[in-house]
Amino acid sequence: MSAPRPPTDPSGLERYYVLTGGRSGPGGSASSLDVATLIVSRAAAVAGMQHEHEEIIRRCRDPLSVAELGAHLGLPFNILAVLLADLLDAGRVEARNPIPASGAGSGPDLALLEEVLSGLQRL
Amino acid sequence: MDFKGFDHPDRQTAGGTRSVKVMIAGGFGTGKTTMVRSVSDIKPLTTEETLTQASADVDNLIGVADKTETTVSLDFGKIGINDELVLYLFGTPGQERFWFLWNGLFKGALGAVVLVDTRRLASSFRAIEEMERQDVPFVIALNVFPDSKEHPIDEIRDALDIPPHIPVVACDARDRASSRDVLIALIRHLKERSAVALEPR
Repeated sequence: MSAPRPPTDPSGLERYYVLTGGRSGPGGSASSLDVATLIVSRAAAVAGMQHEHEEIIRRCRDPLSVAELGAHLGLPFNILAVLLADLLDAGRVEARNPIPASGAGSGPDLALLEEVLSGLQRL
Repeated sequence: MDFKGFDHPDRQTAGGTRSVKVMIAGGFGTGKTTMVRSVSDIKPLTTEETLTQASADVDNLIGVADKTETTVSLDFGKIGINDELVLYLFGTPGQERFWFLWNGLFKGALGAVVLVDTRRLASSFRAIEEMERQDVPFVIALNVFPDSKEHPIDEIRDALDIPPHIPVVACDARDRASSRDVLIALIRHLKERSAVALEPR
């Protein structure tokens, strides 16, 4: 009787809604994630895992930044952060935030700056 | 559990790798992406954030469609400093008005390079103001375009009202060595700042 409905656009909000189970923003363990945070897998993927979770674990066997993950998976930062929160809570990945310019109350780390400087000078 | 591909599940190889980030800011068309591209070890990538202006009131994505929504893109690259340290470079979105929407965009950055097109000084005013407001240490890099007139650095420093302790350098953002030298100028500036901070009072 009625013609089959055309498939809906999988690239928009509906896709993100499905991916995140309707959650819009990370809380807890993922709320401090930065675009330069490195993600490292700490366990292997398990059967029945959501495809995107599996993909993150696979790509992060070597440390990879949240920005790179987002670019490779085609996901915006806030959606990726929700998926990462699941994996962080389950202990399947570890997150390492970028080393900040200065620690609380202390000046910038001279040794770190020295390290960056000598790396740049070798380029 | 499937450990296929996990030769050493408890390995410490690359385990200690850490990251630092540097922001490349400046007005629209000042060469931010060009600089990221010229100095990056990888082909520059783009990451996105979907910003929702009314997001504080939204608990899930239902109903988001009628909020003001903007996708902001960040072009970024990376430089391997050594086996255990990676420097990420992020070109800020051209529209500075979105910067404040992206929480923590500058948080945790070592510092920033503010690119200036000497033919359109005013286009980078906003970026400079924003660095000062957010207390991000920065250097000014004058991107010398082929048809730029000669501009003495001091004249531009005056025009942009840059205090004497902040370096102003000239560069060609298309050139890897030149862009690297701007980053070196930034790190030297950060070292000087921290040396001053460490001086006994």
